[in-house]
Parts: sequence; C-alpha cells; structure tokens
Amino acid sequence: MTGKTLRVLMGASAMTALAAPVMAETLTIATVNNGDMIRMQQMTAPFTEANPDIELEWVTLEENILRERVTTDIATNGGQYDVLTIGTYEVPIWAKQNWLAPLEMPEEYDVDDLLPAVREALSVDGTLYAAPFYGESAMVMYRTDLVEAAGVEMPESPTWADIRAAAEAMTDKDAEIYGICLRGKPGWGENMAMLTAMANSYGARWFDTDWQPQFDSEEWKAALTDYLDLMNNYGPPGASSNGFNENLSLFQQGKCGMWIDATVAAGFVTDPDDSTVADSVGFAQFPNKEGVDNHGNWLWAWSLAIPASSQQPEAAQKFVAWATSKDYTASIAEAQGWRAAPPGTRTSLYENAEYQEAAPFAEMTLKSMNAANTQKSSVQDIPYTGGQFVAIPEFQGIGTAVGQTFSAALAGQMSADDALNAAQSNVTREMTRAGYIK
Amino acid sequence: MARAVKTRTRIAYTVAAWVVALIIFFPILYTVITSFKTEQEAIAGFDLIPSLTLESYREVQTQNDYIRPFINSVILAIGSTILALIVAIPAAWAMAFSPTKRTKDILMWMLSTKMMPAVAVLVPIYLIFLRTGLMDTRTGLVIILMLMNLPIVIWMLYTYFREIPGEILEAARMDGANLRDEIVHVLTPMAIPGIASTLLLNVILAWNEAFWTIQLTTTNAAPLSAFIASFSSPQGLFWAKLSAASTMAIAPILIMGWFSQKQLVRGLTFGAVK
Repeated sequence: MTGKTLRVLMGASAMTALAAPVMAETLTIATVNNGDMIRMQQMTAPFTEANPDIELEWVTLEENILRERVTTDIATNGGQYDVLTIGTYEVPIWAKQNWLAPLEMPEEYDVDDLLPAVREALSVDGTLYAAPFYGESAMVMYRTDLVEAAGVEMPESPTWADIRAAAEAMTDKDAEIYGICLRGKPGWGENMAMLTAMANSYGARWFDTDWQPQFDSEEWKAALTDYLDLMNNYGPPGASSNGFNENLSLFQQGKCGMWIDATVAAGFVTDPDDSTVADSVGFAQFPNKEGVDNHGNWLWAWSLAIPASSQQPEAAQKFVAWATSKDYTASIAEAQGWRAAPPGTRTSLYENAEYQEAAPFAEMTLKSMNAANTQKSSVQDIPYTGGQFVAIPEFQGIGTAVGQTFSAALAGQMSADDALNAAQSNVTREMTRAGYIK
Repeated sequence: MARAVKTRTRIAYTVAAWVVALIIFFPILYTVITSFKTEQEAIAGFDLIPSLTLESYREVQTQNDYIRPFINSVILAIGSTILALIVAIPAAWAMAFSPTKRTKDILMWMLSTKMMPAVAVLVPIYLIFLRTGLMDTRTGLVIILMLMNLPIVIWMLYTYFREIPGEILEAARMDGANLRDEIVHVLTPMAIPGIASTLLLNVILAWNEAFWTIQLTTTNAAPLSAFIASFSSPQGLFWAKLSAASTMAIAPILIMGWFSQKQLVRGLTFGAVK
C-alpha cells in the first residue's frame, strides 16, 4: 500500500468516525460524603455543558464501604466505576498492582502547580496515578481566648512539653473545658493516624529495616505514655470513642482548648455558621519532641483516580482533569467564596491574596503540608513510605488491631506497657504470616 | 383483696412493658427528632425538643434523589418475597405433609446456609453477577434477596403447616382434589395468618438488607440502604441530614408494620399455645 492510499484510507475512516452519531457516555463516579465532594456534585454544570456527550452518575458511600466496594470491583475487573475517590494510602499500593490507569494531564492543567508533597504521594516512579481533589496535613488548632486567659503562650512550632503546659493551664473540668482533644476511636485511619504521627514526632518508627515491629522501643513507649497522660488528665471524658467528627463537635461547642488533627478541620472550626468559637481559633504546627526534628509527617489527599477496568478512560481523564483544575477552584470561589475552595492541593491557591484573606488558616496549612515527608516519615531508617500510616496492604488490618489495643489503654482497660506488648506480639505475628519477616 | 393485687400486678406489668418498649424504641424516636433539628442543634447535645425545621429534608432531597432508591426498595422487597413464597410453599408442604427420614437433615442443612457470613461468598457471587450481566440490576438483587431469606421462609411456613391437621388435606384428596387444588384451595387459605406474617417478616428483612444491596449495586438498582450509606461522612458533621435520610428510609416500612401489627403478632404466635 502506498503512503497516499494509506492516507486516503485513514482520512476516510476518520470521516466515518466523525459521521457516527454522538453516543452519550456515562461516567460512574464513586465518592465519599465529605463537604467538598458534595459541593463538586452540585457544581458540575460547566463540565457537562462543555462535554454534552458525557453524563455523570454519582455513587456516594461511607468511606469504608467505598473502599471495600471498589476493591472488590477492581480485583474482579468489574468495570463498575470510571472515577474513584481514594486517598494517599491506596494510590501507591493500587498503582503497583496495576489497578489504576496512569494520568496524562494536558499542559494547561499545570502539574507543577500541585503541592510537591501531595504530588509525590500520588505518584509511583514519577508517574501520577491520581489527581488530588483536596489535601490535608495535621496541625494544632487552639482557642486564642483560653490561651490568653490562662496566661500561657502558644509558639508557632510548639513541642509536646508546650502542649502539655498549655493543656494543663486551660483545663477547667467544672466548666466542661478540656485542655486537649485527640482522637481515641480505634481504627487505622482514626486513632492510629494521630498516634502514628505522634510517634513519628517522638522519633519512633513502625518497623526497622528488617520489618521487625518496634513497639518495644523507648520512643513508642514515650509517645504512648505521654498521649495517655495528656488525655487522662486534660482530655474529655469518653475520649476512647472520639474520632474526627466527635472532636470537631466538641471543639465547635467550645469544649476543647486544643485539638490536634487534620488541617481540613480549620475550615469547619472557623466557620461562623457552625462554630461557636469561630473568631478565636489560632493555629500552630504539629508538635515535636524536644530534640527530634519531625512534625509527624501527616499527609492525606482525597484524590480522583481511574481504575484500569474503566470502559471509558478518556472521558474519565477529562473529568478528573476538570475537577482538580485551577478553573474548578476559581468557579467554586466565584459561586461560594474563597473559603469554600478545596484546600491543600495547589501552590497557586496559597499565593492568591483573596484566599489568604478569606482563610486565616491558609499559611499554617501550607506550612504543615510542605513540611510533611511521606517518603521518610521517621528520623530513623525505615523500609516503608507513608506519613500517618504505613503504605502496605496489610496496614488496614494491623493498624486497626493496634488501634483497638491503644484505645483500650485510653479507656483504662490496660496499661501502656501491656498495650505496647500486645501490639508488638500481634504485629510480629501478622507480619510473619504475611511473609515480611523471614 | 385478691382483685386489688391482680390490678396492681397488672399495672406494674403494663408500666414495665411500656418502659421496655420506650427504651427499645428510643433510638428511632431520637433519630426522628434529630431530623427536625438544624445541624448546630443536632451536635449541641441531648435535647428532645427540635426547632421543627424541614431544612435537612430539603437538603437530603437536593443532594440525592429519594424516589429512585425508594422505588427500588419496594420492588426488591415485594419481588423477593413473592418469589420466595412461590418456592417455599410447595417446599414446606412437602416437608410438613410427606416427611421422609431425611426431612430434618434437609431443614437443618437449609438453616446452616444462614450460619456462614455473607462476605464469604461475596467474590464468587460478584463474579457470577458480572458474567451474567446481573450486576446493578433489580432482577439480580431480587434473586439474591430471595435466596438469602428462603431458609427462614421455609422454616416458618413449615412450622405453620405442621399445625394444620393432615386429615383435612386427606379429606380434600378423597373428594377428588388434585395436588394443585390441595395447595391452592385448601392448605393456603387455612395457613393465611402464617403466610401473612412470613410475608411481612420477609418484606421487612428484604427492606433492611444492607450488605448485598450495597455490594451488588452502583446506581440503577441501589435501594434505600445505599441511600442511607451515602449520608455517612468521615469528615464533617451532617447528623441532622443523616437522621432525615434514615427517617425517610424507615418511614414506609414502619408505617406498614404499624398497620399490619395485628396480623404480624397473630402469625408469630400462631401455634404457640401448643
């Protein structure tokens, strides 16, 4: 076949393709019921207008059900979903299993604008596998009025000793004001996110380079003992069943002096519609232990990814690029104000003067996110990646089991030593069974 | 004197029964109360008097369509129940009136399928659904829900049928009734209270089923269980909205239960005097 004939044939087939009726494609998007995600569902008009041949169907599920549902679907190559909402924990694990389609973003998307820590957490070998929708690190949120009344000072980068002193000074149990609120509800993404980050800041690590669990180390002991001490003396009653939402509720009602948790909470606690303490919240960096240069390395980004089993990867890619673009952020800001813009994904948002003005927590959020190192979360040598979690498939199981032990210690059912011993033997057994420990 | 004691005991029993009933019913009542609160009131702590706002209901409706999952729930509950009765009535008849040496074993074997956690068969069933195109279809879910509840339905019908004297069926046979007539015109009318309560119980079980209905659906066939699941949030307080969604999901079945209360109690205690 000559080059000319080939060109003619190609042209003809292109014409046929153009002449074919435009078939509407339906993208099924699996997501969680978080404020930013709900907002996205209501703000898709610009996308559907620009892409009349793409219809969007939403499946909103509870976080754990979603994970379970999506895992089954991907593992069986089901193809029920075209876009998934997943976090920084799943992305590296699933990408390595070839469950996710690599993302190729158009030039105007400006991949370099993504926060470096987030981009790195969502990439495997330099290839981006998910686009961040909103991101978070962790920081201290505290009541400026209570700090002032108690006559203490909160440094911008406090140590755990500073936190303890402030908690002690602010606690007034008769008035139902508790110096510190931290997560206690068992779960790898609940209390273990907090405790892993806290342990990181104490110089502890989950495993040594031979995958031997390290709960028998001095660092873990110091971290857990201090956590229990803080919570038992200055925490709210029943803290062993408090997760993100419960602490958010307590803080908004003015019952917490300090709350150390995800930066995304800052948007909620400073919202005058929901929070009774909106105008008296200050922010500080996640604490560190004196002499340890580590601020927990908490990093999470709810991200949009395309499963390898999707039947419509091109349309899905279009949607993902749109939903995580600068234009999307701008359209949210225009419709609902800059405070509502999804945080923690793009440098340009933090350079925007209007956003800085509308969001008093912007600077500390950015600082916390940039400080997070998920490639090496401990000051000691480690064989794993991940910040407030260990990025191995087994972590959901072992993290939750250890979380239950530590939650029991917080509830007073066992001592710190017993909890650490139980965690050590439990994790050793599971890691041996999984083949990490030879 | 004896009468006074009797009245007093009766009052004590009545009060105790009301207290127990209120304790059991309270979570549902509080869900309904919370659904009429604003989000701020909902998190503000224990309070039995809501501001009676309908804001949460409005938001639930704008955020997620209620009609489609509602229709799906009705179809799944009724469809799976009818299908289960069609299979179970002949099966229970056979076991009640023509028992063999192995009848007891078969009954036990059927019940044993309920002893395995559903998640254990998730992957095979998921694959079958994928290959046969049943995924996210109401037909597929009707079949699954029917299979899930079938052991209970057969067991219940079997116990009711055993209360019916076999002689009556024999008499019908003597009068020339064939097998079909015997089941449709003689057995079924006599067992109506039992069948009705089985039917009601099965509708309730199918309505509340929340494992398969979530695992095997995405958008088209998702019923109200998936609707509620979509309002649970890991980051953010939407308690009033979640309560409103739950109230909307349980209201139809609650109302149905209320109206058929008599039938349900009669059926469940049928034969209990023996």
